[in-house]
Amino acid sequence: MLKLLLPSLFLPPLTERKPAFEDRELAELAKRLDKAARRKLGRSLSIRHVDAGSCNGCELEIHALSNAFYDLERFGLRFVASPRHADVLTVTGPVTKNMREALQRTYDVMPSPKWVVAVGDCAIVGGLFAESYAVVGAVSKVVPVDLHIRGCPPRPVQLLEGLLRLLEPDAKVRSK
Amino acid sequence: MATLSDLIAASTPVSGHRPWPRVTVDQEVWGKASAALAAGDLTLLGLWGEPDRVHLALLDEAARAIAILTLVCPDAQFPSIGALHPPAIRLERAIQDLFGLIATGLPDTRPWLDHGRWDVRAPLGRASATAEEAAPHSFLPVEGESLHQIPVGPVHAGIIEPGHFRFTANGETIVRLEERLGYTHKGIESLMQGADLARAAKLAGRTSGDSTVAYAFAFARAAEAALGVEAPPRAHYLRGLMAELERLANHFGDIGAICNDAAFSLMHAHCAVLRERVLRAVDSCFGHRLMRDCIVPGGVACDLSAASAAQVLKQVRDWRKRFATLTELYDQTTSLQDRTVATGVLKPVLAKQFGAGGFVGRASGRAFDARTAFPYPPYDDVAPESTTLEQGDVDARVLIRVHEAEASMTLIERLIATLPTGAITMPLPLRGGEGMALVEGFRGDILIWLRLDDEGRVARCHLRDPSWFQWPLLEAAIEGNIVGDFPLCNKSFNCSYSGHDL
Ligand code: SF4
Repeated sequence: MLKLLLPSLFLPPLTERKPAFEDRELAELAKRLDKAARRKLGRSLSIRHVDAGSCNGCELEIHALSNAFYDLERFGLRFVASPRHADVLTVTGPVTKNMREALQRTYDVMPSPKWVVAVGDCAIVGGLFAESYAVVGAVSKVVPVDLHIRGCPPRPVQLLEGLLRLLEPDAKVRSK
Repeated sequence: MATLSDLIAASTPVSGHRPWPRVTVDQEVWGKASAALAAGDLTLLGLWGEPDRVHLALLDEAARAIAILTLVCPDAQFPSIGALHPPAIRLERAIQDLFGLIATGLPDTRPWLDHGRWDVRAPLGRASATAEEAAPHSFLPVEGESLHQIPVGPVHAGIIEPGHFRFTANGETIVRLEERLGYTHKGIESLMQGADLARAAKLAGRTSGDSTVAYAFAFARAAEAALGVEAPPRAHYLRGLMAELERLANHFGDIGAICNDAAFSLMHAHCAVLRERVLRAVDSCFGHRLMRDCIVPGGVACDLSAASAAQVLKQVRDWRKRFATLTELYDQTTSLQDRTVATGVLKPVLAKQFGAGGFVGRASGRAFDARTAFPYPPYDDVAPESTTLEQGDVDARVLIRVHEAEASMTLIERLIATLPTGAITMPLPLRGGEGMALVEGFRGDILIWLRLDDEGRVARCHLRDPSWFQWPLLEAAIEGNIVGDFPLCNKSFNCSYSGHDL
């Protein structure tokens, strides 16, 4: 164990700098978020995740947010185990009919104010699964969605940018 | 002992089915197949439906042979295989749900994928709209003194896929676990019908996100088999390279996650970093962190530049060094071994009966690996080394994955060193045919069966995830363990929900 712990005392951290805000569309969306509510919650948000029928690709990248490179928690963002503790609900997948009720109930038990972030193309429009007898389609057909993060799956930096937008909706977009 | 060749000798083969034979059989042969499965002479590879028939894929491990038996069901019924051979039960429940065919004699007739919420019955068979309220799902009865039940899911505490687990426990000890799956059913097989090859390949690649390469690989091979063509040599090697990179990333990530479920987060943190390094290398080579849509029927969609190849070789050396330190840590941490050794034991006889693939099978004495049993390119040139253990506990599953990660790194080096030059894709003819492929994903063998119509569109496609034969074994392995060890056991199996639910 020493072999692993000692070097970490001397080597620089792997954690990378905060990503620049590059997505204009995201910025527009974030501006509309309720400022008063946000002020109350300050710089810390608890996130609850629901997989509403994803292929699991989106989850893999959400997991990656916790590794040493992205280290989500340093920003005050934290995944929690119960929707009753959560301010933000992230949802992936084309909302299968078999998951609709579970998603709805998860949303219902979250205390207000609350936001919903639809993660991945499936959650935004149903993706390739849109016409199936087994899916409802976009998350917004079941619960109100405040923010979309595109991609199949979105990269961790895109996820990070999206979630940080909730904390800093007014931050300037860097022009490329 | 019944062999597969005896079984199919008297039946008529269907023409244009590649690479293994498909034969139409009568009820008598169907019954013999069922008995051979129950006797352990044959292994069940898959069982799926069409509106008026069922197909049974069988493996004869001793003779290294595969065949598909087709039984036509004019009165929408077929004799249940599950009546004698339990691994078929869930597959038959799924056939009943999707096609409306009845498996007569099936011991468990409760719906499986159909939760009564689709507004349609038998969506892939003679579909009929239904507005009926579904009857509530009934779990198996459990009787005995001092038993209590713990329902978990479909929404779980962690960031994982949805599924329901019903535990019956006596104090801390689990007496029975019953799974209920189907929550992520997206109707992939119905979306496949009528799709052109490009769209169908994308759908296949989205069946299970962590195995997107393996699924795209299997789909491409099934399509090429149906059309009777082979992709160019360089494409074969690049596919192999992608498949091994995917395996490596999954093994790295999961080994850490298993240790995390045993409350050893140091391993988790370091393994997550290794996984991220692999994904970043992959991203710089192929432009996508998970290599989505990189394999297409006819070849691959992206080439590997010489500079990227050199980069990967350099990185592999680095990963190997870092991984060695981590495996040493695993071996030397007794508090961790205390949790993993003798926990969640899967007995070899069950692994054999269910034909468990991947590390679940190989940790319980079943050596089967599609890459060596039925070598497909590039594995006919570059064979992987594989290991088998007998203990069947969490520790054995971790050790198998450690070995496989090391073997994958060696394969990556060998594939790059011998990478052929030339084209990476070829034009495909638009014609009909039937094909099947068996490709080893990180979780085990993925079976894809495909029929193309005369315009080269998908008439019917079936995708069978290895999890179909692993989920039921988790129920068996958890018995007698404590509730607190469930996450650890579950992660050590790491079955797919989306791949299973389709
Ligand atoms: S957006 Fe892509 S990665 Fe995410 S769930 Fe859908 S298919 Fe999977």
